[in-house]
This record gives sequence, C-alpha cells and structure tokens, in this order.
Amino acid sequence: MNWQYAPAKESTEQIKLQKRYQHFINGEWTKPNSKKYFSSINPATEEVLAEVALGNAKDVDLAMQSAANAYNKVWKKMPAKERAKYIFRIARMMQERARELALIETLDGGKPIRESRDFDVPMAANHFFYYAGWADKLAYAFPNKNPKPIGVAAQIIPWNFPLLMAAWKIAPALACGNTVVLKPAETTPLTALVLAQVIQDCDLPPGVVNIITGDGDVGAEMVKHPLANKVAFTGSTEVGKSIQRELAGTNKKLSLELGGKAAQIVFDDAPINQAVEGIVNGIFFNQGHVCCAGSRLFVQESCADEVIAKLKSRMQTLIVGDPLDKNTDIGAINSKAQLQKIKMYLQSGIDDGLEMFQCNTSLPSKGFYCQPTLFLGTAQSIRVVKEEIFGPVLCIQTFRTIEEVIEKANNIPYGLSAGVWTDKGAKIFNLTSKLRAGVVWANTYNKFDPASPFGGYKESGFGREGGLYGLMPYLEL
Amino acid sequence: MAFDFTKHTAVDQVGIEERVLRFNTRSIKNESKSKALKLALSMIDLTTLEGKDTDGKVKQMCQKAMHPFADMPDLPTVAAVCVYPNHVKTAKQALRGSNVKVASVATAFPSGNSLLSIKMEETKWAIDQGADEIDMVINRGAFFKGEYQKVHDEIASIQSLCNKVRLKVILETGELSSLDNVRKASEIAINAGADFIKTSTGKINVAANMAVTLVMLETIKDHFIKTKKMVGMKPAGGISSAKQAIQYLVMLNETLGPDWLSPHWFRFGASSLANDIILQLGKEKFGQYYSKDYISID
Repeated sequence: MNWQYAPAKESTEQIKLQKRYQHFINGEWTKPNSKKYFSSINPATEEVLAEVALGNAKDVDLAMQSAANAYNKVWKKMPAKERAKYIFRIARMMQERARELALIETLDGGKPIRESRDFDVPMAANHFFYYAGWADKLAYAFPNKNPKPIGVAAQIIPWNFPLLMAAWKIAPALACGNTVVLKPAETTPLTALVLAQVIQDCDLPPGVVNIITGDGDVGAEMVKHPLANKVAFTGSTEVGKSIQRELAGTNKKLSLELGGKAAQIVFDDAPINQAVEGIVNGIFFNQGHVCCAGSRLFVQESCADEVIAKLKSRMQTLIVGDPLDKNTDIGAINSKAQLQKIKMYLQSGIDDGLEMFQCNTSLPSKGFYCQPTLFLGTAQSIRVVKEEIFGPVLCIQTFRTIEEVIEKANNIPYGLSAGVWTDKGAKIFNLTSKLRAGVVWANTYNKFDPASPFGGYKESGFGREGGLYGLMPYLEL
Repeated sequence: MAFDFTKHTAVDQVGIEERVLRFNTRSIKNESKSKALKLALSMIDLTTLEGKDTDGKVKQMCQKAMHPFADMPDLPTVAAVCVYPNHVKTAKQALRGSNVKVASVATAFPSGNSLLSIKMEETKWAIDQGADEIDMVINRGAFFKGEYQKVHDEIASIQSLCNKVRLKVILETGELSSLDNVRKASEIAINAGADFIKTSTGKINVAANMAVTLVMLETIKDHFIKTKKMVGMKPAGGISSAKQAIQYLVMLNETLGPDWLSPHWFRFGASSLANDIILQLGKEKFGQYYSKDYISID
C-alpha cells in the first residue's frame, strides 16, 4: 500500500517579523549611517522577509566604541557571578522564545523546521547555560594562570547555523568578561536580531553585546578596527586567510573556524545499516551546509556494493521540500549564490566523467533546492573531492587497507572532522590518533555538545569552541 | 544453502535508538492519519492468552474481530485472533464466513521448555483444529548455550508441519538481552523458514519496543536483498495506543517500504490497541472523542 504523509506545515501565525531591523548598538536600535537597507529573503519561496540595516565603517566604529565603553565601565568590573546571572537569563529567555526562534531560523535560512526546533535552538540555549556556569570558575579552570578578559571581541559568523554560531561566539566571550560586536551573515541576519531583542529584554548592560548587519565590507571594517582586541571568525577558508593576513603584526588575538572536507570511513565489520544512516546524517544534515559535513566517503572494498546499494535506497526515502513541513528531511539551499556554486560543482563532476546518482523525487518549483547527490568512483585528484562544496553532495571512494585510508583521509588541506565506522574498538583508537582532524566521531556523526570542544587542524582553522578549551580564545592566560 | 551461524552482523544500539527517535518525529496528519489508523486496525492480531480463557470469552472476541465497532460499519476487520490451541475450534467456528484468521500459539508457549516431540504434537493438534497460523516460541535456553543449530532445527521441524499454515516465530526479545542477540535470533528464524518473526509472548514484563522491531525489520530487509523473499513482522505486547501504532507504521514504511504495508506482512499483537484506534478514528471523523463507554471491551 502506498502511504504518503499529508502536509504537516508548522504554523507561522504566532510570529511577527518587523518590516525593518536596525543595528543593535549600545542597547538601542540604531539606524544605519548609510540610511540603506538590504532585504533578507526566504530561500524556500524567494519572498522578502524583512529589510535589514546595511552597515558601514561609521556603524562599526559606533558599535566598537560602545563595546569598549561597556567593557571598561561596566562589564570588566562586574563580579563574575553577576555576569553569569545575565548569561543564564539569556539562555532561559531563548528557551521561552524557542518556537519563534526556530520558525525564523527556518524561514530565513531554509533549514528544515525539525532541525531548527530539535537541534539549532536548544543547542544554542545550551551553550549559554554551559558558559554561564564557567563565568565565576575561570580561576579553577586555569589554576595559577590568573585568567583575565581580553576586551572587545569582533565576531563574524556564517549563514549555515546563524543562531547557534551566534551562541557559540557570544556565550564564551561574555562568560570570560569580554564585550562583543557581532555580525551575522548577510543572508541570515534575522535570528541574531531576535537574539538582540532577547538580550535587550534581559537588561544586559548597554554595549555589552552589539549586533550590526551588513555585507563582507562590514566584517572587514570590524577586523581592522583599532578597538577590537580579538577577532573570531567562522566562515570560508579564503576569507579566513585574508583576515589572518590583515591581523599579522597587530596584537589582536584571532580564532578561525573554516572549511572542511571530512572523511567518513566505513570498514566491512561496521554495523552497516547504522553506518548508512550515519553517512546520510553526516552529509545531508542542514542540506550539507555544514563545515564538518562528511563529504568524502571511504568504503572498504569488501562491503562497498552493499553500502552503496543501501545508501541509494535510503536516499529515496528522504523527503526534500518545504522547510516548514515537520516531515521535511532536506530543506532549501540557503541562497541563490550557494545553489549556483553547488550546481557548478555538479557540472564539474559530470565533466570529469563521474557516475552521478540523484533521488528521483520532485523538487518544489519555487525556491532554491538541490537533489541529494552521490558521485561514485571518485578519486582524490578530482575537483569535487578536493574542494569544499557545502551542499548535499557526497563523493565515494573505495579502499583496501587501513594504512591506505588513513593516508587518503589526511590527503587534503582541511582537517576539521572525520568519522569512523567499525565494530572494533581497537581500530577506532588506532584511527583517531592518526587522523589529522579536530573531531573524530566513531559510529556516529555530527554530534555536538557545549562541553565538547570543536575546531580544526590545518586550513580548517585554529582555536576551539565549546568546552573548557572554548574559554581560552577569550582569555589572557 | 546452509546458514552460517558464525557470521556476525554488527548492530549498533545507539544508532538504532537514534533512528527510532527520528521516526517518532514524523508528523502524521489528516488523511494520512486516517489511512494509517485503518491499516493498523486491519493488522491487529486480537489476542487472549490466559489460563482463565473460556469458549464464551473467545466467541465474544471473535465478534469484535469481525465487527470492531458497530457505529462505524465501514471499518476493516482485524487480521486474526490469537488463542491457545484448545480454543482454536471455537474461534474457527465463530469466524466462519469472515476473512479473519485464527492464529494459535504452540510449542509449549510461552517458555518453550518441552520435548521437541511434544511441541510437534501440539502444533499438529492446533493445525488439525483449524489454525491458519502458528505462533511458536524459540528455544531460548539453547540459544544462550550457543546451540544455534538446535534452535534452527526446532523451528525447521515445526515449519515442516505447517504446509499452508503460516508460521510466526516468537523470539521473546525481552529475554535476549542485546540487540546483537535479536539480530542473530532473527537470522536463525528466517533461515529456518519463518513466515513471520515476532518479538514477544506478552508473558514477560519486557514486550515489544521500536528498537528491537527495527533490528528485526533490518534483518528482514537484508534477507530480502539477498533472496528476494519477503518475511513478515509482528511486534507484540506493549503497543496500546494508536499513536504508537502509527509510529511503528512509519518505521515499517521507511525501512521495508510500501510492499510490507499490509496485514499479510505486518501484524500488531495487541488486545487494547483496537479500542484506542476506534477512538481516534471517531475523532478524525466527528471532531470529538467517543466516551469510552461506547466502545466494547471484548
């Protein structure tokens, strides 16, 4: 019997977006110096959601002044346990507004409501809870080091997990006693602005958190600004490199979380059915817009046919479509530009003569969508295997021996994450010590916890976010 | 082809549990919900397996099996009634003219602790009485001793008596202690010729759950990929709400696919599930719930 799930669309009636959003500077909604605004659109429908202030150097300067002011006059002097109370308050208020935040995250970014509801928003609140707990215990975290805050942190975040990345940046910075100027990505500014409302409602002292919106030029101004004592950037390796160049010779601290091209390694003794599930989760989570996405699959030759057949059949059951539908597994690609980039890579794979597999489900006629895709019979030298695609595209290679797969997995400029699938514990430990990756998951993928550090090797960046290590980039030690 | 019992197919418990949670986030609404509820009702093996069962009780249950709820005459019948062998004849007579099957437990149910010859004798008797389906239990003692061949051969012996009768093999997963064991027992049962594999007897505290059922569904799928032969699945016990039943159907749909969405290949062993499904169908139809007093408890 054929059984189609009826549409189960999450209602957006309860939420109200403003027509226009200003910068959040010094605790106030501040009009942009440029008097210009840009639109943030819903990638699932291509409709305009709201107008957002377009920042420039003057706005950046104002935000930096207010952050420096708040740092020197209020935040630095406040007893740590009082700081913690504010951070706890932000976490609780986020929980109260969880449904609204999830809906806006999905509207603005195109990710399935199931993910923003069950992952992004609760995880973001958890980061505030977690770092609130550290605020008055820093001396115990780093004994005999007398940890001190750095000052003003300029933070630039990407569009793939807009709210969660804001939480990853703001929570440890505040807990360590710094103040913040944060810029959300151009295509997904809305949840950060709702977070600004939350912060305002929490009565956080003005200027401790400033949120300004705009394009890459605004980010560049933030990096350059003399009052910024610390720069934290999550985004592309290309931009990361230019920031590092810019900061060379200054005394600003820097942490970078950049691209990735993670290996998922499946051995023939693995729990194959669960491995297939994990591979699907590893590459298709958030439409593949994940820096740690497991985009290179290495399958041991003896189980390759089985794994590939099962992967294909599992992909046919993925529901691609309206991100607001509670049953949607894969939503919309974040922006037109990103969709074009992914399509360019798909064409490149075809041009290189690779075998391509896509699901045969139909895609919505409006909005930016991409079929989940496999490239089979790939090799290390092919472009789609070498470069980060940041979309739902998985490249499959086979291997015979463990030495071979370790070498191939490490044969890439990135080193953010990896996954290993085997029933044998010894093999897991052998691999985790040899893979050059910040995170190695065993028999699972894309698992996150505020207590667990995340960050990369090589061109995937440096500095850790999450856990005790996540405090270090925000402290003078 | 002889089955190689030494081969081990790994099962990851954490992965299984995660997948189950994911199925449970599916939101089933409107027409897809009504369709699922009716399908679930048609998949029920209405069950009474008590020492105090009487012919009268069995007859009343058969009436309910054929006509679940008089106010909604368009409802499907349940798939089968499940009784002890001594009530098979009564049930068969009561169900005459309907499509409802009679399933009989056999083989020293629920423990399975008896001689193979006695188990075979009991199975023959149940079939002679008119049973359409036999629900046997595996020899868990032998399983835990590692005597997999013995477990296999017992099932095969019972199967050899079954001809047109469909054989359901109960693994009693609540006693098997790990999902690896559930996988192994499922493989043994399927290779010994089971038409259905079934989780539980309903006679111990731990009954069916979704994790165990998923492992069994995956075993069925792997067998199907290899041999193109379909095997049925019956979770039994512990499924009392319509919501749970729908979650199982989501799992079935997304693991084995639409071919299995039929009472011929999937059953719920349950006694109180039918009434909750009737309540929910009433809600879908009239927008409000019936009082439970309107629905028979047979």
